[in-house]
Amino acid sequence: MDTNGAYILRVEDLKKYFPLRRGLLGRGIAHVKAVDGISFAVRRGEILGWVGESGCGKSTLGRTVLQLERPTSGKVFFDGQDLTQLGGEQLRRLRTKMQIIFQNPYSSLNPRMPIGRALIEPMVVHGIARGKQAQERAIELLQLVGLNPYFINRFPSEFSGGQRQRIGIARALALNPSFIVCDEPISSLDVSIQAQIINLLQRLQQQLGLTYLFISHDLRMVQHISDRIGVMYLGKLVEIGPTEEMVHHALHPYTQALWEAVPIPDPEVEEKRQVAILEGDVPTAANPPSGCRFHTRCPYVMPVCREEEPALVELAPGHFAACHLHKR
Amino acid sequence: MPLLQVEDLRVHFRTKDGLVRAVNGVSYELEEGDILGIVGESGCGKSVSALALLRLIPEPPGEIAGGHAYFEGQDLLALKRKELYGIRGRKIAMIFQDPMTSLNPVMPIGEQVAEAIWVNSSVSRREARRRAIEVLAQVGVPAPAERYKDYPHQFSGGMRQRVMIAMAISCQPRLLIADEPTTALDVTIQAQIVELVKRLQRELGMAVIWITHDLGLVARVARRICVMYAGRIVEIGPIKEVFSRPQHPYTLGLLASVPRGRTGRRQPLRHIEGAPPDMISLPPGCAFQPRCQFCAEECLQEEPSLVALGDGHLAACHRLGRLPVEALAPKVAS
Repeated sequence: MDTNGAYILRVEDLKKYFPLRRGLLGRGIAHVKAVDGISFAVRRGEILGWVGESGCGKSTLGRTVLQLERPTSGKVFFDGQDLTQLGGEQLRRLRTKMQIIFQNPYSSLNPRMPIGRALIEPMVVHGIARGKQAQERAIELLQLVGLNPYFINRFPSEFSGGQRQRIGIARALALNPSFIVCDEPISSLDVSIQAQIINLLQRLQQQLGLTYLFISHDLRMVQHISDRIGVMYLGKLVEIGPTEEMVHHALHPYTQALWEAVPIPDPEVEEKRQVAILEGDVPTAANPPSGCRFHTRCPYVMPVCREEEPALVELAPGHFAACHLHKR
Repeated sequence: MPLLQVEDLRVHFRTKDGLVRAVNGVSYELEEGDILGIVGESGCGKSVSALALLRLIPEPPGEIAGGHAYFEGQDLLALKRKELYGIRGRKIAMIFQDPMTSLNPVMPIGEQVAEAIWVNSSVSRREARRRAIEVLAQVGVPAPAERYKDYPHQFSGGMRQRVMIAMAISCQPRLLIADEPTTALDVTIQAQIVELVKRLQRELGMAVIWITHDLGLVARVARRICVMYAGRIVEIGPIKEVFSRPQHPYTLGLLASVPRGRTGRRQPLRHIEGAPPDMISLPPGCAFQPRCQFCAEECLQEEPSLVALGDGHLAACHRLGRLPVEALAPKVAS
């Protein structure tokens, strides 16, 4: 894969295990395999949607990609450089290029810092701008995200949830990044505000030529905003491909079940629809099932699924799935 | 006579910043066996208006400031606490978003269900236990006799919600109030719970009030929909009618802001400008007026009341019939 041209980010066999202490004195350590051997690449200028249910490891993946959590193993190439090999200063310099937008902008903003300063501080720390120049850039950023620059000296508590998320976005943009991980950016917002923020993210992406890894459990929003979609289940990437393919020709039974489960906001359609319900619960990531991790809930389970873990293979151009049903 | 008739319900909260009119004159009717979805954003009063029916509002700071709620002819809001016990849990049951906060963490789940049965009907402990196992099986808890002695923490979120539902339906209520019961659950588990409640509703013939902020979910569950904004009902009617011909600008905006598949690559969603109002200082006139693209002079003056449009469809807007709703109605695509 060409990391300097078409791809901005390439992730190779990334793993992030969290130790789980058991017994007295923490002996007999088990692990939660939050991210367990994931490989994918992100094209420059695309929005890659990333979905999965709670506890599947999607947020950990986003944080590990950015090295906010150091991976257990694996590589993350950003603009051709392996981030996992970089330390301190080198990584800090690259951080200006990759940013994150969090789910809850309130907990990620310092309540005692006026929003203008929250925007200026990263610029000063990273030596991008200072003084009057930084102030002007802060004003520009506020305008860019649709906030009145008049509010520059106000505190986060004086803003509504949607406005705070705009501030979170402005701060992510302060360092002129090229890549942004959006970690559930709309899930704490009201319905009428969600569309505002999605439209804003979309406009900024086009206007500034940004690349997003858009993590969400809201499948309809992901479908709306993404060029491609990746689906995660219990630490594994089970399917990835172009949005249209993923929605209308999903290959993995789990992806199919996810789309099936999402209600369609049209009572006429819902009335006629027979929803095929996926049985059972999501197993725990501390003790995932053998073979294919989805086999305990899969309606098409075969003997091989219990034994052997399926590999992620390309089944149609750019469309990969990890399922024994589609062995070639 | 409808099963439930709510008339001009008002619930206030006294806070240090001022009086919050959380529910500000809400009226609706619910027929036997009907499913009413109440939708709206956080703080619109959808939960409070339902909690008030069972007088589950913490007083103080809350207070039922007026109105009536006739259930089988009795005004729930005028009943004595003691009289209410005969209704709560027996005739009207409730399930909540987070079952962990409603279940007793140090009591086996089977015993909790059995206790609900024993308290609400005159049966022996033994019979209550037998019925508890039966009802746990009915809601799809696998091997209920073996799991009778298990504690809530040994169950997954979806299973805990099933246990809550078992307790709620154990006395065959006439009305089930479901307050965002699937919001905390994953989408595949949510689908399981929704199907379960729909099946139980059919089997028991009970009426359901389903509170949610999810327009997709309400389309799947409800037969009628009630849209709330700033403590008031802005539109109510048969679900298909409201979805296909929304009349209130807020309903219109909500429906348009939901993504419905790709109607053209990278097309922005229609969104509603601004944010819900501060409930302590509501804007003059119509509460939606500052965000409404059709706002006119009259909207600033007077609060609109619900107007009947036929077939049980009502909306509260000064400009009804004068809005270009056809042009704005969301185009359905999959």
